[in-house]
Amino acid sequence: MSESPGAGPAVDGAPGPMRTRVYAVRRTRRETPDVLTLELEPGVDGEIEASAPGQFNMLYAFGVGEVPISVSGDPGGSGRLVHTIRAVGATTRALCDLRRGDPVGVRGPYGSSWPVTEAEGRDVLVVAGGIGLAPLRSAFARILARRDRYGRVSLLYGARSPRDVVFEEDLRRWRSRFDVEVEITVDHAVGPWRGHVGVVTTLLDYAPVEPDDCVAMLCGPEIMMRHVARDLGRRGVDDDRIHVSLERAMECGVGLCGHCQLGGELVCRDGPVFRWDRVEPLLGVPEL
Amino acid sequence: MRGLEQLLAEHPFFEGMRGGDLELIAGCARNARFEAGEYLFREGEPADHFFLLRSGLVSVEVHDPARGRITVLSAGAGEVLGFSWLMPPYHWVFDARAMELTRSVVFDGACLREKCEGDPRLGYDLLKRVTGVMMRRLEAASVQLLDVYGGAAAS
Amino acid sequence: MHVIDREGLDALIRHLSAEGRTVLGPTVAGGAIALGEVGSARDLPEGWTDEQEGGAYRLRRREDRALFGYAVGPRSWKAWLHPAELRLWRARRTDRGFELGPDDAPVPRYAFLGVRPCELHAIRIQERVLAGGVHADPGYRARREAAFLVAVNCGEPGGTCFCASMGTGPAADDGYDLVLTEILDPRDPGGPTRFTVLAGSARGEEALGGVPAREASPGEARAARSVVEEAASRMGRSLDAAGLPELLADRLEHPRWEETAERCLACGNCTLVCPTCFCTSVDDTTELTGDAAERWRRWDSCFATDFSHIHGGSVRGSRASRYRQWLTHKLGTWHEQFGTSGCVGCGRCITWCPVGIDLTEEVAALRRSPGPAAGPDGAARPPTSGGDP
Repeated sequence: MSESPGAGPAVDGAPGPMRTRVYAVRRTRRETPDVLTLELEPGVDGEIEASAPGQFNMLYAFGVGEVPISVSGDPGGSGRLVHTIRAVGATTRALCDLRRGDPVGVRGPYGSSWPVTEAEGRDVLVVAGGIGLAPLRSAFARILARRDRYGRVSLLYGARSPRDVVFEEDLRRWRSRFDVEVEITVDHAVGPWRGHVGVVTTLLDYAPVEPDDCVAMLCGPEIMMRHVARDLGRRGVDDDRIHVSLERAMECGVGLCGHCQLGGELVCRDGPVFRWDRVEPLLGVPEL
Repeated sequence: MRGLEQLLAEHPFFEGMRGGDLELIAGCARNARFEAGEYLFREGEPADHFFLLRSGLVSVEVHDPARGRITVLSAGAGEVLGFSWLMPPYHWVFDARAMELTRSVVFDGACLREKCEGDPRLGYDLLKRVTGVMMRRLEAASVQLLDVYGGAAAS
Repeated sequence: MHVIDREGLDALIRHLSAEGRTVLGPTVAGGAIALGEVGSARDLPEGWTDEQEGGAYRLRRREDRALFGYAVGPRSWKAWLHPAELRLWRARRTDRGFELGPDDAPVPRYAFLGVRPCELHAIRIQERVLAGGVHADPGYRARREAAFLVAVNCGEPGGTCFCASMGTGPAADDGYDLVLTEILDPRDPGGPTRFTVLAGSARGEEALGGVPAREASPGEARAARSVVEEAASRMGRSLDAAGLPELLADRLEHPRWEETAERCLACGNCTLVCPTCFCTSVDDTTELTGDAAERWRRWDSCFATDFSHIHGGSVRGSRASRYRQWLTHKLGTWHEQFGTSGCVGCGRCITWCPVGIDLTEEVAALRRSPGPAAGPDGAARPPTSGGDP
């Protein structure tokens, strides 16, 4: 095909939802050698809309790139944003190198959120694996902030090893409460570790949930979520009471680029939080 | 079926089992073959079979969106697969796929359970055999987990 | 219904150009019908037709002087409405961080001459995808709004065409400003052709008012109708589209995907020529000093190995999974996402596939059999049972 599109030299377009707002880093906290939590505050471009737990923003490192990162905290109506990032590529490494005062581009919030309201009046089970605790952290905090609206509340967290545990301070605080069950396990432990060792599904025995009347929220590696969901199913929890957060390739985050498809679902728009009964058949097809 | 009984008697898993017992459980069994690439069972599906592998190679695996199919265990001639039929509710936890043409004797789980309930002595014998395999697998899996070889950092 | 002749067509092109529009239409270039700027009817491919088959395309001379006597060329109007490369914004470092440049890109104004009915549907489909959701592409909306569409009904369906199966042609239903049907002069079939014209919008009426035209005679109206009727019966291909979303959802692990993947090169030609394929990637770049950055958007293809890349690897690593994604999206899950099929039956993917993979054939193969029996625990019985050792 030898013709040119005939559209001439560089075409500029109206960016619309692809335009980013400049925020600044207010605070950072290193969780582990490769995980950083950033607190961002709005700049002259103003604030984005308030986000709900489970949603994500597209974070832009100037000149490097942009990545979808789940909201991981809720500084409570101050317009600030909290995100926890693991350095795995060029853009996330650039974001993890940021210091107080550095600029970050933000677009969002996008996607679906955890059923925090739907869970009211029921037992709540939160199961997180590795960095998967980040998207669940703000949901859990919100549940604890309105503790009396829920039945029994449990958090089960699995990490690779003791040094990979994130949000240690929060976990300590939550574990010291008398009205929530918090259990932590690691895959293997070298050195002093008095907690459980084993996969996170083994902790389900410690979670006092009523299978008929609970809502489960899972986040972590997909294999882990599948196993936990099936284990919950074996214990009598219905598929429509289990919610997972999925991850797929994203470029635009707003349903226009086609990358995040999983069957007929667009993870950026119909997810990332999905009800298990909707995605279970899709996740069962390899390479879908 | 005489033919099947013979196959069972020859398989290492049933070494030493009484002829009468073999005849009894052979009634729960049939032959099957799996072409390369065919699944013996799939994660999440109802699980009520026990596989006695006679020849070939099976990959017990899990699929990960980014890393693709990951084999956690391989099993070949002389080995067995499938213990989910022992513990209700019965669902497979992994996929099992034939890597090459595989011949297997397949037992119906419900039938086996019935025979065991009816004859606890047979049940205990079968359970001892199964537990032996499970224990060896568990020990091996724990050592596998230690990642003793080290080497290139896992991504 | 009106009729215009060559002078009328020239006048129309001049009128649209005088409105400040870039007029684009079919031309002959590089051995194909290529879309490019046209100044008059003389730039159009008079007396040319195309021969299309799976993996094959060539131009051939006609016996008459039809201007639109071909089916479709390789490219489509999406190159202008949804450009292959687009700079979304520029930014520069400031002492407060960085600042984005103003959002003031001018909107190009086009006139598309020779939009096939299948292409009208394709434009409508892309409009739904890019401007019909919660987050819309304002650039697409503006370019679409500003584009004047002169549709031309099909008289010469191609060897790979199946618009009739998809309900998208060979006649245009709506979505055009003007629609033309090319007819021969019965007293001079070897002479210049003329066109019946219908307006489909207020601005179409207005443009028609500015060119020399006369009322169509009953004979001419009949001739226009029969051009289209005849074309409908000469489609090169057909596709049974009934129940495709359910069928495809049920065939995701069918062995056909692996078989076709053996032939597929994952070259992405199909996604390039398809008038509805819309996938893009975002490129954030910086210049050497690091003080200025740009965000670009460019076409991408689901056949690219890194299209589905997440940390650790690509979800669709195998060619089979990528071919499956393209076909099941185009004909199946597109319905769930956007309410229509993604395919308009133009046949380009068949013609321009280097190995001639034909999605009408693929669908037929998938319909023929449900796939292999599952293992002992699946619904079907195992392949062999009994005493076969």
